[in-house]
Amino acid sequence: MNARSRSVAGAVAWRSVHNFLTNPALFFPAVIFPLFFFAAFAGGLSNIGNVPGFDYPNGYTAFQFGFVLLQAAAFGGVFTGFGIAADFESGFGRRMMLAAPNRLAIIAGYSAAALVRAGIISALLFGIALLVGMDLSAGAADLVAMIVLALLVNLAAGLWGAGIALRFRSLQAGPLMQTPVFLVLFLAPVYVPLDLLTSWIHTVASINPITPIIEAVRSLIAGEPEYVGIAFLIGIVLTLLFGLWAVRGMHKAEAAGG
Amino acid sequence: MTGQLERTYEVARRSFVRAWRQPATVIPSITFPLMLLAVNAAGLNSATKIPGFPTDSYISFALAVPFLQGAIFALLNSGTDLARDAETGFLQRLALSPLSGSALLAGTLGGVLAIAILQTVTYLGVGLAAGAEFEAGLAGIPILFALALTIQFAFGCIGTYFALRVPSAEAMQSMFPVFFIFLFFSSGSLPRDLIAQDWFRTIATINPVSYLIEGIRSLFITGIDGEALGLAFGISIALGAIFLSAAAVALRSRLVRT
Repeated sequence: MNARSRSVAGAVAWRSVHNFLTNPALFFPAVIFPLFFFAAFAGGLSNIGNVPGFDYPNGYTAFQFGFVLLQAAAFGGVFTGFGIAADFESGFGRRMMLAAPNRLAIIAGYSAAALVRAGIISALLFGIALLVGMDLSAGAADLVAMIVLALLVNLAAGLWGAGIALRFRSLQAGPLMQTPVFLVLFLAPVYVPLDLLTSWIHTVASINPITPIIEAVRSLIAGEPEYVGIAFLIGIVLTLLFGLWAVRGMHKAEAAGG
Repeated sequence: MTGQLERTYEVARRSFVRAWRQPATVIPSITFPLMLLAVNAAGLNSATKIPGFPTDSYISFALAVPFLQGAIFALLNSGTDLARDAETGFLQRLALSPLSGSALLAGTLGGVLAIAILQTVTYLGVGLAAGAEFEAGLAGIPILFALALTIQFAFGCIGTYFALRVPSAEAMQSMFPVFFIFLFFSSGSLPRDLIAQDWFRTIATINPVSYLIEGIRSLFITGIDGEALGLAFGISIALGAIFLSAAAVALRSRLVRT
């Protein structure tokens, strides 16, 4: 990436982050939703931790934190896709494409913004989880691995959303970005460990690529890393695949004239 | 009187047909709750092993929730349609016609009830096909329909009131998360006496949505429970009366006849 492209990516990222931080209609839902899910799951369902066979050592709050962290990261990426769709729907995307010699820098800028958004929300979520007494056994290396995994999920979801947004260039494609991510997340071991799932959901969760990532994050919170290698591999592969998807989406947007 | 009935019928028909002609509105209001039911019922099935859980079938326990989710969709859809009528000036044109305010409200809510019947049939049919039990038996079916329609009517009144107070279709749609908070912080996932966190149990106890869920749920897992049904009918009738009166007042300023 040359200096001009870096400048474009930086400007796109700055604008997106600035809009996020200064527009309450964008900022508050993005912050409140993960907290609300965390409260509803960790608070309302904490008795699930007493189900026979539930053996997560750090308790139900920490168990749910692992899921909510990844959910917040994934939806942070999807919401960035909404922003791209809105920009292209309003014609701003076309103006950005005129100004950017390498249009892939636009995707890079949005992706960087998604990472910043996810970082802010994750930090808030972390702080509140610790305040309400989440039992955290992770060491420094575990924490770093957990954060990088969450950011990989954010990047993959953001690139997925970007691919959809660039193909449809309309906010009406919002459900197409959101619903598959929602489904993939909730077809994983959300409420109980994989071993306690039965029937069809066990089969689906076993082959769901998000399952090892969720299990890895939960194991890192407990300071007993498991599935970390496979989780990183899945995160990187998903990011590359959806990166390709977003790049092809940009080519389609270029062909359509933005 | 016949004229008023005819006009009410026409408004109700318009309300129903308009919803029916927008599959993007009707289909999610039926499929989204069923999708969540499938995921939650499978994922939380092990909750039935918690000592004191009232049934060994989580799907029977959880089947009440889609009825409330459907009611929230009804609220948003009816509110959005009415808000759009206000935004586009259709309400002002109606003010020139002999249509009375009460006929407009009755007609709008009649359309909501027609969709509600469709939702109730679908949720009950899919639930029973998926293995849910219906302890109330045949006698419970008319009670279930009556309660579901009363709840939908009450929620339709809430949507109508908000649409008349804030006549913006976009604002109505953005209220989706607000109403979902009531659903999440209720006894939708676990019985109130099995919610371990005191603060969550307190919120679930003062949340009227808990009693609406428990009324419908009682038909599936208990039979005909006078107390649960009385509370559910009482609360939904009270909500309907309060918001219908408020909507009638709001309509007076919205439907100004000159």
